[in-house]
Amino acid sequence: MQNICLDMDCTQLRAKVVSGELSSVALVTAVLDAIEVRDTQINAYITVFREQALARAAEIDARIARGASVGQLAGVPVAIKDNLCFTQGPTTCASQILAGFHAPYDATVVQRLLDQDAVILGKLNMDEFAMGSSTENSSMKKTTNPWDMNRVPGGSSGGSAAAVAAGLCSVALGSDTGGSIRQPASFCGVVGLKPTYGRVSRYGLVAYGSSLDQIGPLTRTVRDSALMLNVIAGHDPKDSTCVDAATAPLCDYTADLDAPVEGLRIGVVPELNVGADAQVQTALNTALEAYKAMGAELKALALPHADYAIAAYYVIATAEASSNLARYDGVHYGHRTKDPKDYVEVYSKSRAEGFGAEVKRRIMLGTYALSSGYYDAYYLKALKVRNLIRQDFTRAFQQCDCVMMPVSPTTAFKIGEKTADPLQMYLADIYTISANLAGIPALSVPCGFDSQTLPIGLQILGPAFSEARMLRIARMYERQAQWHKHTPNMS
Amino acid sequence: MSEKIDEVQVRKVAKLSRLDLTDTEIKEFTGQLEAILEYVDKMNQLDTEGVEPMAHCLPISNCLREDTVTDSLGADAILANAPQRDGDFFKVPRILDDNSGA
Amino acid sequence: MTDLDYQVIVGLEIHVQLCTKTKLFCGCALEFAAEPNSRVCPVCLGMPGVLPVMNRLAYEYSVLAALALNCQIAEFTKWDRKSYYYPDLPKNFQTSQYDLPLSYDGFIEIPLETGQSKRIRIIRCHLEEDAGKNLHTSGSHSQVDLNRTGTPLLEIVTEPDMNTAAEVKALAAELQRIVRYVGVSEADMQKGHMRFEPNINLAITKDGKAYRTPITEVKNLNSFRAVERSVEYEIQRQLDEFLEHGTTLEMGNKTTRGWDDDRQMTVLQREKEEAHDYRYFPEPDLLPVKMNETWLADIRSRMCELPLQKQQRFVQTYELSDYDAGVLTADRATAEFFDEAVKAGGSAKRVCNLLTQIGLKMANDKGVSLVDLGVSCEAVANLANMVDRGDVNASASTTIFEHMVTTGKAPAGLAEELNLVQKSDSSELEAIVKKILSDNAQAVEEAKSGSKKAKKAQGFLLGQVMQQTQGQANPRVVSQILGDLLRS
Ligand SMILES: [Mg+2]
Ligand SMILES: [Zn+2]
Repeated sequence: MQNICLDMDCTQLRAKVVSGELSSVALVTAVLDAIEVRDTQINAYITVFREQALARAAEIDARIARGASVGQLAGVPVAIKDNLCFTQGPTTCASQILAGFHAPYDATVVQRLLDQDAVILGKLNMDEFAMGSSTENSSMKKTTNPWDMNRVPGGSSGGSAAAVAAGLCSVALGSDTGGSIRQPASFCGVVGLKPTYGRVSRYGLVAYGSSLDQIGPLTRTVRDSALMLNVIAGHDPKDSTCVDAATAPLCDYTADLDAPVEGLRIGVVPELNVGADAQVQTALNTALEAYKAMGAELKALALPHADYAIAAYYVIATAEASSNLARYDGVHYGHRTKDPKDYVEVYSKSRAEGFGAEVKRRIMLGTYALSSGYYDAYYLKALKVRNLIRQDFTRAFQQCDCVMMPVSPTTAFKIGEKTADPLQMYLADIYTISANLAGIPALSVPCGFDSQTLPIGLQILGPAFSEARMLRIARMYERQAQWHKHTPNMS
Repeated sequence: MSEKIDEVQVRKVAKLSRLDLTDTEIKEFTGQLEAILEYVDKMNQLDTEGVEPMAHCLPISNCLREDTVTDSLGADAILANAPQRDGDFFKVPRILDDNSGA
Repeated sequence: MTDLDYQVIVGLEIHVQLCTKTKLFCGCALEFAAEPNSRVCPVCLGMPGVLPVMNRLAYEYSVLAALALNCQIAEFTKWDRKSYYYPDLPKNFQTSQYDLPLSYDGFIEIPLETGQSKRIRIIRCHLEEDAGKNLHTSGSHSQVDLNRTGTPLLEIVTEPDMNTAAEVKALAAELQRIVRYVGVSEADMQKGHMRFEPNINLAITKDGKAYRTPITEVKNLNSFRAVERSVEYEIQRQLDEFLEHGTTLEMGNKTTRGWDDDRQMTVLQREKEEAHDYRYFPEPDLLPVKMNETWLADIRSRMCELPLQKQQRFVQTYELSDYDAGVLTADRATAEFFDEAVKAGGSAKRVCNLLTQIGLKMANDKGVSLVDLGVSCEAVANLANMVDRGDVNASASTTIFEHMVTTGKAPAGLAEELNLVQKSDSSELEAIVKKILSDNAQAVEEAKSGSKKAKKAQGFLLGQVMQQTQGQANPRVVSQILGDLLRS
């Protein structure tokens, strides 16, 4: 067992555990040991629940031994981004303002993992409050990319992507507000799925941009992604924005996964793609050629408002964030400044001390965009642009089944390379942000490597609630290309 | 809107945001926000006359729950994360003005 | 002599607590005076990751109240976040409604002392959440209790259509009556179920020139009396300030003043503070609500006859005095009890007397409502008929009513049991009257004389008969016999 989670995907691991060939305790122990050794370099985990995970694994083994029925993730070691509430330990969002905060409830997705008998190993690093694209904004630690320790894993779900890529868990959950699942998945060579807005309950996901946030899986294979979606998707009475089956029927996302999509029409947006690095474009084109070879038809389209997506996104997301993060004030929970001179200082000093620079910057931007005199010019304008972007996709999907484009203009960049200029960092989100603004599903699937052996991701975007077909489209390519068999060479 | 954001405005926004920023931070944010806002201004190249603002991309409405009591957590659990408590109350430095806006 | 005239202008912002079982966005129970922070969950504490889900009944109650206030109901309504930092507001924003309230353009008819009513326009009613409570007790610190956080509130904003303190008080009282009638609020001022914030200023004409005084918003009014007194106080204060300093609207912003009940005066709270910047924007965690015909019809079907309509009907149909009709319609259950008793055959006037003079008094003494006295409306109707027929007299009806309450027995049986049935048998009474007349020649003389003393003498003779019969003679029958015999 070099690294069990890299040798087998979640589906295979579960089969071994359920058959009794491999105990969950042995599996979890192996992964915990790997974390102990490897995570000193990767720094993917903020918290590891060693004792609790082993106890739970033992309990699941016992149930299997008894012949009791077990869930879809029986005994499988999973890990979750540290912005998902879990009563087992602290939920920090990688922020000092929540250092030591213990949520008194479990997020709905966490409850669903537990219901399916997953073993939750720990909480994964991220950009503070999910604000960032490199996980460098974490106030806890710097996560590195398993493919190159000098590079970022991407973000904000950088810990999730790095942990999966390094085999430090079988599958992980992340969250995606503007690309935070797909971009790190692309940087780390794993599969990242952002479901349709409303497909997965956000209850217990610490909010960044409420109208954009969506929880999704980071996995090594498309099948695992489908399996995880089976577990986490579906109506939740605790989330008003989570749709019921009447609006969008659920299905078994793993069924027919290997059946290729017949007569597949792929939309491509040539003007948009030219913004990416040459090697990223080459990888994309090679993947598109592969689809063509499988019988797909390529259709050139325009998404005329895509160029305005970043502008609209950074207004809407920060406006919502400025309000969502107002609650961190040192009164009811979280960090409180020492010796405030009055209650107003409890707010202004606790927040100034507790938040990092990027979070402050976004709160400032969002507050400004909503403030009297600027609302119409920024916030309202952005909502209109958002509508135009959605209309672009509505038109596009009348002509094709999905749209393919890069995930990120570049492969993983060096740690510290982009931290000086926040705007430049924002501009790199060009390919991922539109899906969040339009509320549509999008996924990243590995499509090769650049000359430095850094992974490149292919992004597939589909109409709302078309995840089942998108996963089949991704699987067509994965099966043919087999990029998921490549694993980082960690010594 | 294309007017440039200046330090005075940034200080006002910091106050609205309840962020006690240092002078260095104010300076830094002024420059950065200026650059970001200048970029964001590109939205004004678009004619959005007659376009509905879209706050939500969901096709649904009327998500309502029944008026059924569920368990509260209990004061101890509620106060477990409190920086300071006073019996079963949250404790804060004395509030002088009644600034409530309800 | 200066020529001075002024008009008072008052508009109200009102918050009414809806009487749902649970809070607006979570299932925590609403309970007055519960242990601190015992009715709080992650949602109403505004913990990281929580989401609101709206209480259907709170929305329906709001619509019902808005209908009672003659408002238009919006087909599409949504919620917005209103941002401000305060320790009793854990999310540091209040979920409220901004540009698309659930109802608008209504009015409320308020009864005036003249018996007329006046129409006060309502700008809008919307549904929002309440904040918690800050207590300032222990020295250098304040305590925060979040039990009240998330309580559903209906905010009602009127046009500045009130011109006297009495009108403001009348509106407050009428609104209380309405929301209680439609059953959407207990509307108890002491428990903070209704909070009134008047906005007051004066339009002054002085020496032919027109002025306006700065608008004052008054907070902290915990009783109807305080509402009325604060407006009276503000009128005088603003007038004085205008006359002394010539302060006008243009010179200062709106100020907020708090009512000090001990000193019976308003005290400046905030003056020309930097304008609030609430940064309203659509609440992304809630979906809009679309009203449709069927749903609205269903809510409309829960509407009842409103208090002022009922009061006017009692005056017109039953010929009650406006005062009595007001007493009977003060609460819905009493009014309906009255209506039922009349339907059961009691005469309106007699039932009214029984209820206002005996029933309500007893209920008040016992600290219960009239309908909880344990007396049926049929029994009251029967008692009314007995009085009207002369079977029992008025004072006996009080005794019987009291026994109806304590024993639950029917009035006819009680009258027998208590020996309170009046003698109305003419022949029997005639014999007694004749006996009295023959025993009191002097008085008979005077009664027949037509002199000033006649009336008094007749009264004396009547009294003698009543004494003789131990009060059980029907005085109306006795009077008639007495008159006949004296004339013969
Ligand atoms: Mg209000
Ligand atoms: Zn609650």
